[in-house]
Amino acid sequence: MNFKKSIGTAGNSGGKTRSDCQVIVESADSGGIVIDLKSKVKVLYGKDISRQIHEILGFYGIVNARVTLVDSGALSWVIAARIESAVRDLSDTNLSWLMPVHTNMIKPTQADKRRFSRLYLPGNSPSLMINAFLHKPDGLILDLEDSVAPEKKPEARVLVRNALRSLDFGTTERMVRINQLPAGLEDLDWLIPHGVNLVLLPKCELASQVLAVVERIDQIQSRENLNGNVWIMPIIESAGGIANAVEIASVSNKVVALAIGLEDFTADLGVRRTAEGTESLFARSALVIAAKAAGIQAIDSVFSDVDDMVGLRDNVIRSRAMGFDGMGCIHPRQIPVIHENFAPDSEEIEKAKKIVVAFKEAQANGLGVVSLGSKMIDPPVVKRAQRTIDLAIELSMIENNWYENLSL
Amino acid sequence: MTKKYDKLVTNAAGRVVPEIINGQPAVPFMGVGKYKPTGHTYGPVISSCADYPPDGNKLLTSLREALEMCGLRDGMTISTHHHFRDGDLVANQIFDIAHDLGVKNLIWAPSASFPCHEYLIKYLQDGTINRIEGSMNGPLGKFTSLGKMTGLAVLRSHGGRYQAIQDGELKIDITVIGATCCDPFGNANGLNGTSASGGLGFALADSQYAGKVIVVTDNLVDFPCVPWQIQGNYVDYTVLVDKVGIPEKIVSGTTQITKSPDRLLLAEMTARFCEVAGIIREGFSFQAGAGGTALAVGDFFYKIMKDKGIKARFARGGSNLYLVKMLEEGYLDFILDGQTFDLDGVRSMAMNPNHLMTTPFTSYNYHGKGNFAGLVDVAILGATEIDLDFNGNVVTHSDGYLLHGIGGWQNCLFSKTVIIPIPLFRDRIPVIVDKVTTLCGPGELIDVIVTERGICINPLRTDLIEKVQGSNLPLVTIGELKEEAERICGKPEKPDFINEIVAAIKWVDGTVIDSVWKLAE
Repeated sequence: MNFKKSIGTAGNSGGKTRSDCQVIVESADSGGIVIDLKSKVKVLYGKDISRQIHEILGFYGIVNARVTLVDSGALSWVIAARIESAVRDLSDTNLSWLMPVHTNMIKPTQADKRRFSRLYLPGNSPSLMINAFLHKPDGLILDLEDSVAPEKKPEARVLVRNALRSLDFGTTERMVRINQLPAGLEDLDWLIPHGVNLVLLPKCELASQVLAVVERIDQIQSRENLNGNVWIMPIIESAGGIANAVEIASVSNKVVALAIGLEDFTADLGVRRTAEGTESLFARSALVIAAKAAGIQAIDSVFSDVDDMVGLRDNVIRSRAMGFDGMGCIHPRQIPVIHENFAPDSEEIEKAKKIVVAFKEAQANGLGVVSLGSKMIDPPVVKRAQRTIDLAIELSMIENNWYENLSL
Repeated sequence: MTKKYDKLVTNAAGRVVPEIINGQPAVPFMGVGKYKPTGHTYGPVISSCADYPPDGNKLLTSLREALEMCGLRDGMTISTHHHFRDGDLVANQIFDIAHDLGVKNLIWAPSASFPCHEYLIKYLQDGTINRIEGSMNGPLGKFTSLGKMTGLAVLRSHGGRYQAIQDGELKIDITVIGATCCDPFGNANGLNGTSASGGLGFALADSQYAGKVIVVTDNLVDFPCVPWQIQGNYVDYTVLVDKVGIPEKIVSGTTQITKSPDRLLLAEMTARFCEVAGIIREGFSFQAGAGGTALAVGDFFYKIMKDKGIKARFARGGSNLYLVKMLEEGYLDFILDGQTFDLDGVRSMAMNPNHLMTTPFTSYNYHGKGNFAGLVDVAILGATEIDLDFNGNVVTHSDGYLLHGIGGWQNCLFSKTVIIPIPLFRDRIPVIVDKVTTLCGPGELIDVIVTERGICINPLRTDLIEKVQGSNLPLVTIGELKEEAERICGKPEKPDFINEIVAAIKWVDGTVIDSVWKLAE
């Protein structure tokens, strides 16, 4: 390992920083490891933090250094990420200091998993990551792209990797938004071995970009001897992307959803983004059609005014009516509004129940044709009704055994 | 010089406490409801109208004159009240005057201290003040923890303060009551004037039992000042000053509903628990606290009540906009107001006959014939730590520093169901611990802990456990919560205490429930 410079830094401190720390590692010729620790939890965890510093510097073979660590209650995986990043800033090391992973936290997800909501979390802000899953979004996105300042990109990768290995996301799908290609391909090295369910590919314009991501994931998986599906959600954010949406949606069976990013899209068109969204009506429709043609989900853009719950609700209702299956969000309080309005309403559930009951009765009576009153019910209608029922059960809107209870 | 404390014993809660505090005997905690007081309440000397101005005009020209007239001298106990919260301009002035007069070794007995009282540290250092009996917040708490106070600090709850004054355990020589409206006779309230702060309930005991009573106001009105929250018949002197409080600091920051998604989640889970457990029902009552989470719980109660068309009989505790809204919209019959937190509360108390001032005597005093806190169906309280036996700490942090007063917390533990919504960890500091750093409330009185990662019910409350069985509430054991906290944060080390006591924690009956130990700087 060679030193690129004499001082390496990483992390954040001061101001309103919480659950983070700043690490400054200064190389020295002698004197061993000298630690200057400022921490609000020094009494409780001071020894543990010092031990961590020694352990990680030891791993990198650094025996003489002055380490300043300004801590505002960072968890150990955050401290580890910041120390590693400071060492990487200081030197040319390629070694990763990995904390043990709690494998039972990482569960595979289904291609057609419900994805009403996915919450964006800035990839370099640990305080927002720790409890985010408690607000029960369908997916949590650790974002390496737009929410991370360019000079913070390297340390965000380390932090996101450690978050994937150390944080329990509960039943929430583990998502990462990588950077625009080609940088995004390198991001994958930091994610794929560490339990990510889905990768969001921003500013996607070509099917070949999706293939490049698929190929890189395959390479990493075979190199690391991993299996399991890592899904891809391309985000279309340009006119060119919309023009190629059909191809992008169907280029790989790893693509499970197509999302639209309207801020960049409207900028690309040179128009203003409005609440009613006339300027993006065609694009959104085209994206829905492309997704549905490929049998995958269509995901709408985020609604950026976190204080306007009425506006958000209206937006969700419009999205759902257009055929979208979910949308992004940037604040936990948006999640219930999104879920409530993407969920089937009681009228839809009652209708679905009747259809499913008619189907089950027809089956029981050995009838090939399902009818409800005087109407014939086509198989796709039955299938959609069953999906509505499944969703209603999943959302605790009806009992799991509603059918059995019906016949009592 | 009097020893700070003497004769250490282990009390019924297993805590080491002194039997002699600042030279006076003290009873170690014996268990909840176990200590039986004997004898009579304290009686101040008999006064005579012959010694007071026949025209009722007790007005003096300055606080200094009033203190001198009261015979301020070394070793006296001086009390003040926290109705102006962080905007208080009274307490600091008193000790400026005492310092000027060269008076030493005073005991300050505030109903609570606030950050603005950090100013008094210099008088604690130069011997003007010997000790504080009441509460020590922030810098004063740190000062105490480092063992810098000359005498032993004593912390009492609001109810315990009334009890101690009533029982003669805390003898107030001079009380200075800040009021935003007062007549020359001494009738006073906190409802009118530029510094309006609401009820003056915390000053009741002092007005009744102190040797000398001074009312300080910046808003003198002709007799009679009504309503007379403080009765002039108890008052020796009245003083008109420029300003008694800083209005914008009287309404403190903890009177806004939290915007933190994590805290809102806690509040929602708490309200949901109360709904499922059948606590929110027609005619129920609740304790309303300050602090963002407690306020948010109240707001979630309001939503549930609105949805279900349920009305509460009363809310007792701190009043604010949210509570007033419930009263005015008819979701609440009465507000029994112990402390008025914002101007909507002040306005409501002044205008609405169903918004009543209460005092630590009516609400909290344990040495009375019952109190209101015990009649409340559910109290939502905070804590810095809860341990595996459900014991609660509200005064020290896990690093050992004394940082908060007890407030009404101990007194509210007597409500029918006590729920503590707390994050499982704050930054990296676990809230559920093996053993609380300082015992403030016995676990047998704490019923439910709500954290963002699960709700646990005290096994003693089989009735509650039964009621919520089969619901989709995320029920866990307290042991599981502690393990979860330590899995996320790591196992914390304990602070290195020095073998010396710096403060005594009183229980509601005046017995000593725990000690606060010294820390090295």
